[in-house]
Amino acid sequence: MDTAMRNTKVMNRFDLTSRLLAKLQNEEAVIGGIGNTNFDLWAAGHRPQNFYMLGSMGLAFPIALGVALAQPERRVFALEGDGSLLMQLGSLTTIATLAPANLTMVVMDNGIYQITGAQPTPAAEVGDIVAIAAASGLPNSAWAHDEEDFERLVEEALSATGPTLIGVRIDDKPGVGTTRRDPVQIRERFMLGLGVREPL
Amino acid sequence: MAAAEGNAAPQSSNHAAQPRSWHGIVLETLKRNDVRIIPYVPDRVLTGLIKGLHADPFFTTFPTAREEEAVGIVSGAWMGGVRGAVLMQTSGFATLANVLASLAIPYQIPLIMFVSERGTLGEFNYGQSLVCRTMRPVLDSLAMEHHTITRLDELEFIVDRSIKQAVTTQAPVALILSPLLTGGKVFDK
Repeated sequence: MDTAMRNTKVMNRFDLTSRLLAKLQNEEAVIGGIGNTNFDLWAAGHRPQNFYMLGSMGLAFPIALGVALAQPERRVFALEGDGSLLMQLGSLTTIATLAPANLTMVVMDNGIYQITGAQPTPAAEVGDIVAIAAASGLPNSAWAHDEEDFERLVEEALSATGPTLIGVRIDDKPGVGTTRRDPVQIRERFMLGLGVREPL
Repeated sequence: MAAAEGNAAPQSSNHAAQPRSWHGIVLETLKRNDVRIIPYVPDRVLTGLIKGLHADPFFTTFPTAREEEAVGIVSGAWMGGVRGAVLMQTSGFATLANVLASLAIPYQIPLIMFVSERGTLGEFNYGQSLVCRTMRPVLDSLAMEHHTITRLDELEFIVDRSIKQAVTTQAPVALILSPLLTGGKVFDK
């Protein structure tokens, strides 16, 4: 566990999301949380294994846990904002208990609700998401110190034997793109991408 | 991977002499319909069902911190090709309006919910009786399928048909387990 948050570089959500996707070679599933997190996943380039949340704030990790339980052979990544995760901190303990080896959580932490006007979260000045994750029973939790460290942690996660969580400090920039708000098509294409469906 | 829309064939379940418990019927019907992942926020009324599910390795049964979290998990599992169902009590259902309206319904996810009904037929906690009154108006306002199960002889039919309808129509369903079925929770002090 590395919880040295204050020494970490402030990075950018879109850049990190692009770096993550560049590392994925095996049709890994990626769940993008509400708002900017899935907007940047969309902007980084649609993949059939991407799922974009258009609501249900805080459920990126639970949804990803469900995918990970259903398809234990597939690696699953979940991208979530710090404000969103604060709504479902209990889900970290659920994940720690079930301990799916194929699940990696990425927390994009800017300390603000960027999309609603950049108000600070209640945790901004006091909470450490990675320390909370570790104390929730997820010892493979670490802050990424910079972009190269983030890529290293992603590579480690790709062969991890337990769930992993990567915290990244990010800037206050909005998402680069805007996901097309078509929930049925998003869900159907995701299921096609996971091999659950066949095209009509 | 199981095909999400595949239908399990009904089997006759002859457990001759012994009268079947409501929770035994629910467990068997879940299994027959290949519903495997069961997150729950517990309720005393559900204890027998939860114990039975934990004891059966067919199911992946586990508690979650919130009902909303459980809905997220079974939604992800269904998209990954495995069916699930969420167990909760009435007050837990009251926390779900947002996730129903922003995930289960618009993404057309066959969310299967079992809600043990508190707040009526002998409730002793005023707050429980009040929150119970919000449940059906919320379900109706979203035009969601829901059934209140009161009779043991109708239980298997309602559960079996409702699971099949949820899966084939890709729409959520709430199965409300009445105290008339389960005995409910009674004031005992």
